[in-house]
Amino acid sequence: MRFLAFNNSNLRRAAQVFIAGLTPLIDAFAQSAGPFSRSTSIFSPVSTPADSIFGLSLFVLAVTAVIFVVVASLLLYSSVKFRKKADDDGREPPQIYGSNQLELAWTVIPVLIVVVLFLSAARIIHGVQDAAQPPDAIRVTVVGHQFWWEYRYPQYGFVTANELHVPVSDPKYPTPTFLTLLSADTDHSFWVPRLAGKTDLIPNHSNSMWIDPHEAGVYLGQCAQYCGTQHAKMLLRVYVEPRVDFDRWVQAQQKQVSANDSLDAEAAEGLRVFESTACMNCHAVAGTGAKGRFGPDLTHLMSRDTIASGAVPNTPANLRLWVENPDAFKPGSLMPAMNLTKQQFDELTAYLLTLH
Amino acid sequence: MASDTIPISISIRLPQETRSTWLETLHEWVITVDHKRLGLMYIGYALLFLVIGGIEATVIRIQLAVPHAHFVSPQVFNRMFTMHGTTMIFFVAMPILFGFANYLVPLMIGARDMAFPRLNAWSFWMTAMGGVLLYYSFIGGDGLYGAGSAPDTGWWAYAPLTSTAFSKGHSTDYWTIAILVSGFGSIGTAINILATIICMRCRGMTLGKMPLLAWLNLVMSGMVLFAVSPLTAAQIMLMVDRYLGGHFFDTQAGGSATIWMHFFWIFGHPEVYILIIPAFAFVSEIVPVFSRKAIFGYPVMVAATVGIGFVSMSVWAHHMFTIGMPSYSNAFFVLTTMAVGVPTGIKIFNWLGTMWGGKIRYATPMMFCLGFLFQFLLAGLTGIMLGVAPFDWQLGNSYFVVAHFHYVIVGGILFALFAAFYYWYPKMTGRMLDETLGKWHFWLFLIGFHLTFDFMHIPGILGMPRRIYTYEPGRGWGIWNLIVSIGVLFQIAGVLFFVFNMIRSYFKGKVAGNDPWDAWTLEWATSSPPPAYNFLVAPEVRSRRPLWDLKHPEDPDWKYE
Repeated sequence: MRFLAFNNSNLRRAAQVFIAGLTPLIDAFAQSAGPFSRSTSIFSPVSTPADSIFGLSLFVLAVTAVIFVVVASLLLYSSVKFRKKADDDGREPPQIYGSNQLELAWTVIPVLIVVVLFLSAARIIHGVQDAAQPPDAIRVTVVGHQFWWEYRYPQYGFVTANELHVPVSDPKYPTPTFLTLLSADTDHSFWVPRLAGKTDLIPNHSNSMWIDPHEAGVYLGQCAQYCGTQHAKMLLRVYVEPRVDFDRWVQAQQKQVSANDSLDAEAAEGLRVFESTACMNCHAVAGTGAKGRFGPDLTHLMSRDTIASGAVPNTPANLRLWVENPDAFKPGSLMPAMNLTKQQFDELTAYLLTLH
Repeated sequence: MASDTIPISISIRLPQETRSTWLETLHEWVITVDHKRLGLMYIGYALLFLVIGGIEATVIRIQLAVPHAHFVSPQVFNRMFTMHGTTMIFFVAMPILFGFANYLVPLMIGARDMAFPRLNAWSFWMTAMGGVLLYYSFIGGDGLYGAGSAPDTGWWAYAPLTSTAFSKGHSTDYWTIAILVSGFGSIGTAINILATIICMRCRGMTLGKMPLLAWLNLVMSGMVLFAVSPLTAAQIMLMVDRYLGGHFFDTQAGGSATIWMHFFWIFGHPEVYILIIPAFAFVSEIVPVFSRKAIFGYPVMVAATVGIGFVSMSVWAHHMFTIGMPSYSNAFFVLTTMAVGVPTGIKIFNWLGTMWGGKIRYATPMMFCLGFLFQFLLAGLTGIMLGVAPFDWQLGNSYFVVAHFHYVIVGGILFALFAAFYYWYPKMTGRMLDETLGKWHFWLFLIGFHLTFDFMHIPGILGMPRRIYTYEPGRGWGIWNLIVSIGVLFQIAGVLFFVFNMIRSYFKGKVAGNDPWDAWTLEWATSSPPPAYNFLVAPEVRSRRPLWDLKHPEDPDWKYE
C-alpha cells in the first residue's frame, strides 16, 4: 500500500520546494506531534491514507499558492499603478473593450491546472477508496450512537466501546485495520485526522474505511458530523499498540467474567442494584443478566482510560458522578440520572470498579 | 449628434407632495406594488435579520472563545448555529439580493416597473412571512409551556435528525414551513425578474447591450427556479414524513438519509452561486465606473456567468465526499467542482483587465470592491483545496470549511453588498453616504473580517470539527479561537459605523443629484430618488453605456460594440 504515499514522488518534492515559504507554518502545525501528543493536526500523518492526503495537500497548496501570488500581485499592482493621480488632467482613460488573446490565455491555463489537479486527486481517491483488504487485516465494525462509539471485533468475538485498539502496521508486513461504519441513530462521522480522512456513519447505509498506523500511540479525534445535542463530546481515541500488546488486550477483552462470587459484599450489592434497576436495559455485562444494547458494553469498563466517550478520565470519583448525574459531564446525554440513594450509588460504583 | 437620437429623460422635480400622516405612509408601503419600494422593503427586512443573525454569531463566538466555556448550554448553542445559518442564507442574503435586483433591474433596463408588480408584492410578503415563522419557533417550537425551542438540526437539517424520533416538538416544522414559504417568494421573484428582463427592456437594448447587472440577475433567476424547486419538494416530503406517516427520510423505517443530502445540496450548491452572482453583478457595475473604463470582455463575462450557471448545477455532491460515494462518483464531482473554477477565474481576470490602464478613484464603493476581489480570490483557492476530494476528507466539516464559506459569503458577498450600498444609496435616498464614516466602516470591518476568518482556517487544519459547542483544551485550538472571537468585536464596530452612517446620511448627507459618480447606466439618468414611474420618457439606448454616449458624443460606445 505504500505506493499510495506521495513520499518518494518527484511531485511531492516539487511541491515541497514551492511551499518553502509555508514550511514554518506547517512545522508549527506538526510540532510536538509525537506519538503520545494530543495533536489532531492533519499535517502530522502516521497512517497511509492520512499520509497520501498530506502529500496531495502539499501539492494542492503549492499550486494554489502560486495562483494566489500571481493574481494577488496583479491586483496589488493595478490598484496602485492605475490609481487616479493628484495631477490628473480630468480626461477619461483610453477605453479598451477586451482582448480575445487574453481571454483565451486565462481560459486555457486554468483548464490545464484543472486537469492536473483532477488527475492527481483521482489517483489518491482510487488508491485510498479502492484498496484491497488483505486477508490478515483486522476487521472492526464501528457503530455510531448518540453520543458514543461501539466497536465490534467479529474476528475475536467481543464488543467494546469508545476506545478503539488496533495493532501497529509494519509497512513491510502491513496489518491494516478495516472499519465497517454503521449508525444506530443519526449521522456521525469517524475522524482521527492523523490516521485517515473522515468517513460518515449513516443509518441504513454501510460505509468502510481503513487505517494502517506506522507508529504506536494514542490518536485522538472526534465525531465530525453534527449528530445532536452532545455532538461535541463524542470523542474518539485510537490506541495503536505493538502487535504483542494488541494481542494481550484482545485476550483480556475476550475473558468472560462470570465469577460473581469473587465480589466483596458492597460490590455484590452493587451488582444487585445494576441488575434490578434500569441500568441493564441499556448496558451489557457478559456473564450477568444485563444484555442491553443502547449504551456501551461495560464488561471490561475498567480497562478503559476514559468514560462518557472520552469526555473525562475513568476515575472512581468521575464514575460515581457520571452514574449519579450524567449531565454534569455531558448535558443532553441520553443516559438518565438514576435517582438512587447515596448508598446505592456507592455500591454501584464499587461494582463498576470490579469490571476489569 | 448622437445624443439627439437617445431620448433619455431629464428628471423633473414634481411639486412637493402634501405630507401624509404616518398611518397613511405605512398604509402606502404595505399596499405598494412599486418595485423600488418593494426593493427597499426587502433590503430593510434583510438588514433587520442581518443584525439578528449577527447577534447569534456573537453568542457562538463568545462560547467558543475559550475551551470548556459555559456561556450557553449545548442546546442553546445548537439552536444558535442552526438559526444563524438559516437566517443568514434565507432571510438575509436572498432577500437583500432580491431587494437590489428589484430596485435596480427595471431602472437599468429603462422599464417603469417589474413585469408583474402584484406578484412582486406577493413574493415579498411570502418571504417576510417565512422569516416571521422561523422566529416564531422560539415561542411556538415546544408550545408556550416548554422552554423556547428554535430548530437545532443545523441549517442542512440532515435526516434523520429531523424525524419525529430525534426532533420532538414543532421546531423542525417551523423551520420547514419557513423555508417552504420563503421559497415560494423566491420562485415568484425569480419568475418576475426573468419576465422583466426578457420582456421589458427599453428600445434599443438588445440582450447584448444590457448592463451586466441585468445579465447576471437573469442567470441568477433561472438558477433559482432550478435550485429552489428541489428544496421545496424535499420540505414537502419532510412534512409528509412528520405528519402523514411517510418514510422518505425515516431511516428507522427503511428511508434514506442520503436522499435528503442529495435534495438539499442540489439546492445548496447552486444557492451559493445564486448569492454570489448578484455580488458579481455589483462588482461588474462598480469597478468600471471607478476605474473609468468600460468593462473588459463583456461577452466573455456573460458567457462565463452562463457557464457558471450550468456547471454549478452539477457540483452538489462535493458537499458529500465523506458519505461513502464510490470512487468514480467522487472523481466526477472533483472534476465538475474544479471546472466551475474556470469561468469564475475568468471573471476575476476580466475585472483586473477593467482596472488595468484605468484611473481608479478610491471612493468607498471601490474599496469594498477591492476587498471583494482579494477575498474572493482566496475563497476560490480554499474552495479548490476543498474540491480535491481526499483533501476534503480531512478538511470537510472542519472549521476550515466554515472559514472557507464565510470567506465567500462575508468576504465576497457582504463586501460586494457594502459596495452596492455606498454606490446606490444616493440613488435610493437622494443623499450621499458619508465618505469618512464609510472608510472607518471599511477598515474596521476589513480588520475584523481578516482576524476572524483568516485565523478560523487554522483550527480546522488542526482537527477541530464544526458545530461543537465546546472543545477540549490541549489540542492547540484555543489561541486561534480566541483571535477569531476578538475579530468579531471589530466587525461589530464596523457595522455600527455603517448603520450610523445610513441613518445620519439620510437626514444630513450631501445631496446626491442624479449622477453623483459620473456613471454610465440608465438608473443615473433619472432623479434621485427616482419618481414612481422611473422615467418621464421611455429611454432609448444604442450601447451598453448610454450615459457615456451622452457625455462623449465625439466618442460613443456604439461605434465599437
